[in-house]
Amino acid sequence: MKVLVVGLNHKVADVDVREKLAFNGPKLEEGLLLFHKLPHIKESIILSTCNRVELYANVDDAEKAEEAIRVFLSDYHKIDRTALDRSLYIHAGMDAVKHVFRVASSLDSMVIGEPQILGQLKDAFELALAKKTTGILLNKLMKKSISVAKRVRTETKIAENAVSISFAAVELAKKIFTDLSKKVFMLLGAGEMAELAARHLINNGVREVLVANRTFERACDLAKEFNGRPVKFDNFIDEMHRADIIICSTGASHYILSKNQMQKVMKERKQRQVFIIDISVPRNIDPEINELDNVYLYNVDDLQGIVDTNLFERKKEAEKAEQIIEEEIETFSKWLQSLDSVPTIIAIREKAEEIKKEELEKLMHKIPGLGQKEKEAIEYMATAIVNKLIHPPTAALKEDSEDRDVLVAAIRKLYGMDGKKG
Amino acid sequence: MDVILFELALTCYFASAIVSITEIFKESKITHRIMLFSAAVGFFIHTVNIIYRYVAAGHIPITNPHEATSFFSWCIVLIFFILNFRYKINLLPSFIMPFVLLLMLSSSMLPREIKPLSPVLQSYWLGIHTVFAFLGNAAFALAFGIGIMYLVQEHYVKAKKISGLFERLPSLQSLDEINYRLITFGFPLLTFAIITGALWAQTAWGSYWNWDPRETWSLVTWFIYAIILHARLIAGWRGKRAAILSIVGFLTILIAFFGIKLLKKGLHVFL
Repeated sequence: MKVLVVGLNHKVADVDVREKLAFNGPKLEEGLLLFHKLPHIKESIILSTCNRVELYANVDDAEKAEEAIRVFLSDYHKIDRTALDRSLYIHAGMDAVKHVFRVASSLDSMVIGEPQILGQLKDAFELALAKKTTGILLNKLMKKSISVAKRVRTETKIAENAVSISFAAVELAKKIFTDLSKKVFMLLGAGEMAELAARHLINNGVREVLVANRTFERACDLAKEFNGRPVKFDNFIDEMHRADIIICSTGASHYILSKNQMQKVMKERKQRQVFIIDISVPRNIDPEINELDNVYLYNVDDLQGIVDTNLFERKKEAEKAEQIIEEEIETFSKWLQSLDSVPTIIAIREKAEEIKKEELEKLMHKIPGLGQKEKEAIEYMATAIVNKLIHPPTAALKEDSEDRDVLVAAIRKLYGMDGKKG
Repeated sequence: MDVILFELALTCYFASAIVSITEIFKESKITHRIMLFSAAVGFFIHTVNIIYRYVAAGHIPITNPHEATSFFSWCIVLIFFILNFRYKINLLPSFIMPFVLLLMLSSSMLPREIKPLSPVLQSYWLGIHTVFAFLGNAAFALAFGIGIMYLVQEHYVKAKKISGLFERLPSLQSLDEINYRLITFGFPLLTFAIITGALWAQTAWGSYWNWDPRETWSLVTWFIYAIILHARLIAGWRGKRAAILSIVGFLTILIAFFGIKLLKKGLHVFL
């Protein structure tokens, strides 16, 4: 009984390979059931996200199971074996456990600490539960992975701080303003990054959206999309005093807003704080504006600087997370060993011997003056009863059956051998 | 009894202040609870202490420097708790409890005996004038703490250094608004204290205004806070400027309070 992981992720496979192997929509359930029916596979889970496809299994013979999975993947997705073999990674035993823990804790993610993966893993587990493709090992592995991920999240700062420019912009806005939902947002120009940041900001809830663009039609389109109001580009400075947050990304090759103009705007808005993000390259807003009181101007490099610092922080936190995972692997490995049959057989025997000894002593106390012959007879009987009682379970454990691990777990539970902590 | 109560309150504030300073470096739910709890216990004992002195002396216990400083600290902690209850301003304790501790320490070093009240002070104005003055000044003390927090946070945002306390300090706007509210709360109290002081001076010394140093400095602080409020409404002086002015205003109050005491001149000799 051991865990086997066969899969690929963004580090080893390009998107064109990943998408071929993905189990999307109805394919996931179908794939899981087919995977579960493969020879040498006792339990199974499929995790399929845009960055990874991984198959988890409980196997006895890892090599045979691995080969079966390779054949299955290549047949099911109609992908060439050599291309497939180039990308796949294999983890077995404790190595596989570690891998799953790291995936759940988002240490293996493209953006370290991103929270989605845990939810995706939970979904994969739930589907497997519903389809009854898991058993004692994978159930424990999944539950443990989820709790490890939670521990990593609470004990390290791995998921803190923004790691994309749009998140960083929103994070900053929240440190300048108390309540974004009362703020007016202005988008000057367009562009992929500006629109992304705008969308993220609007999703966080702003009161009003103003959109200015050199082509008024484009402004109208964007305003419609953002539920805002289009503004004529020539008049944007007149409207600017109303805006608390401004994202600027026009194609202009010169400054479209000077310090002087901004001073006037600030006077008009009674010096209320304003947050300006200049995403354009070359910059569209005179950097000297940042010197004005209550004006906070950030350009692309400033935001990227914040993102880099945060990413660096996350990497430092990831080291702490690895430490936690090492600890958790230790406890998982102990649990696994306890499922081994030999120590369980010994434990049953010891327990029975102990009970026998205790009861015999009690009896000898109660009935003093027994002769040697009687004593021997009683002892003989006790031993016979014990042996006959424990023979069937130990025999079943010694047998190399498919469901031995289930038996071991059941026996440990029935005989109360794991203590209260389980 | 009086000594024990005062020392106990001081000890609690001491614990609270020390924990609040460590919170600048590392903060957790536990440290925060310890800090608030010891401040609350200190405040309770402190209140009992003031009531005890009131009963023992038979008049409001704000008649000598020890009592005045102690009462001033009490007012600051009171407003701090109201503010904390209303807004939950992260890290505010770190910027205010150490100051409370300093005030209490200086109070502990001043002579404490209850002396018979001088005839000048035997007036119903005593309670009204002093309570208003100290509540007003306490609001300014908190505005001072918030002002410092504003400058720290503004430094992070302006310099684009997103580290250190940036994560934990509140937003600029909320700090600015709370600062403004504290001043709008303290200003009428200060005004009222000056008016009641003038009325009292009339009955005690026969003239409304005597230009003694305490009166002069109070007027200076009154003008500073009037400027803060006026400039904010008219010229939109907010944010950094308002924060700096609220710090300057409170430093003036401190000079008026401690500086004049050291000089021991003027008619306000008892405080």
